[in-house]
Amino acid sequence: MTDRLDRDALARRVAADIPDGAYVNLGIGAPTLVADHLPPGSEVILHTENGMLGMGPAPAPGDVDPDLINAGKLAVTELPGAAYFHHADSFGMMRGGHLDLCILGAFQVSQTGDLANWSTGAPDAIPAVGGAMDLAIGAKDVYVMTDLLTKGGESKLVETCTYPLTGVGCVTRVYTDRAVFDVTPEGFAVRELFGTTTLDELRELTGLRLSMLPTALPTASNTEESR
Amino acid sequence: MIDKTVADLREAVAGITDGATVMVGGFGRAGQPVELIDALIDAGASELTIVSNNAGGGDLGLARLIAEGRVRKVVCSFPRQTDSWHFDRAYREGRLELELVPQGNLAERIRAAGAGIGAFYSPTAVGTPLAEGREHREIDGRTYLLEHPIRADVALISGLRADRWGNVVYRRTARNFSPIMATAATTTVVQVDEIVPLGTLDPEAIVTPGIFVDRVVAVGVRRWLRDGEFVGGVDLQGEPLAAPTAAPAADPATASIAGGDR
Repeated sequence: MTDRLDRDALARRVAADIPDGAYVNLGIGAPTLVADHLPPGSEVILHTENGMLGMGPAPAPGDVDPDLINAGKLAVTELPGAAYFHHADSFGMMRGGHLDLCILGAFQVSQTGDLANWSTGAPDAIPAVGGAMDLAIGAKDVYVMTDLLTKGGESKLVETCTYPLTGVGCVTRVYTDRAVFDVTPEGFAVRELFGTTTLDELRELTGLRLSMLPTALPTASNTEESR
Repeated sequence: MIDKTVADLREAVAGITDGATVMVGGFGRAGQPVELIDALIDAGASELTIVSNNAGGGDLGLARLIAEGRVRKVVCSFPRQTDSWHFDRAYREGRLELELVPQGNLAERIRAAGAGIGAFYSPTAVGTPLAEGREHREIDGRTYLLEHPIRADVALISGLRADRWGNVVYRRTARNFSPIMATAATTTVVQVDEIVPLGTLDPEAIVTPGIFVDRVVAVGVRRWLRDGEFVGGVDLQGEPLAAPTAAPAADPATASIAGGDR
């Protein structure tokens, strides 16, 4: 069996942890997939930074409304109960601590919860930050959803971020393709292992001294190695 | 009698001078006042400072203003997009300056200008490269950065409908920055689908009261609306779908009835 979750499976795993009634902002890219896996019947209210609460899924091709887009500038729909507001109010919802949760992608997350997700610092890159910094410090909880390793095989969980920061000490949990980690005062603590992944393996891949939450449970398919 | 309506787009952008600071509403294509920007290009002003969330995509509107070499500086949160080739080229060639501002600080700085706030402290960007050299202050145990208002000579924004007093309503997420930009400029110019008789707009639903608006110009109804109802049949740029996918919403006749070039 594979030892990693694919993007959709990871999105489903994240979605399962979002409580009914939560106000949630999904970052552009992979986090957007979480919207497709929210439990049916649960009223999770999606916020989009460009001025809407109650965002619905993508429309049918013939029903694209150019006046109704999400933060990634893709067509979306309006659910019953939706509300529109201007940009200052939208970011007041973040900064003012009204959003329960945001889910963001990451280049790096440090063991103190620092997030780097807007720039690799490459000298020739055109900088663009969008709403990432406001979201990172605004929402009550910030979950990161990402592969554990970069394409080059380096750990995205690090002792200290080397990329330019988006926010300091803001990440509370990291969902990766191999395991879920909580950011604790003692650093990263494994909350859940996926597939055949083991704690020792994660320590080796990240180079970090990881702890295991007492409540951590291996997934059903994963009993022996992870204990 | 108050009548803020102007006859055409040329009159709407009259008086915008070289070197002016111009706020441009919109988030991507939604709410971008493309017709006003086209008129601004025709009017000839250059060396402009543009305050907008993005720096244009594709070849229209803000992107074309940059392509035409009219922009000296862009103040925005997210210039880089898959289709921001005109900005990318001008930036890489050193033909324009970029002031990168986190989106929420951009919005609040605009709001502050319109509300007469001298400056404010924001927690956004603390500890990041965008905080370097800035005034920090600790308030109740949390660190903040000093942020100054952003004012403009002109705001160009797009609404759905307005009346002759300049009361404006918007449509869905095309609202975005427009209501705050309307408050922060010396002259606020609004393009709308249609100008309706005074008293027609529901006073409870007016988002931008006319006190913030100086000029209103009608540019024709969005081609995805008919009699105020959404009829679809367009892509994200507002162009009619090549092949109808769902009748009658995608009926090509819809676009011609709705009129306008949007």
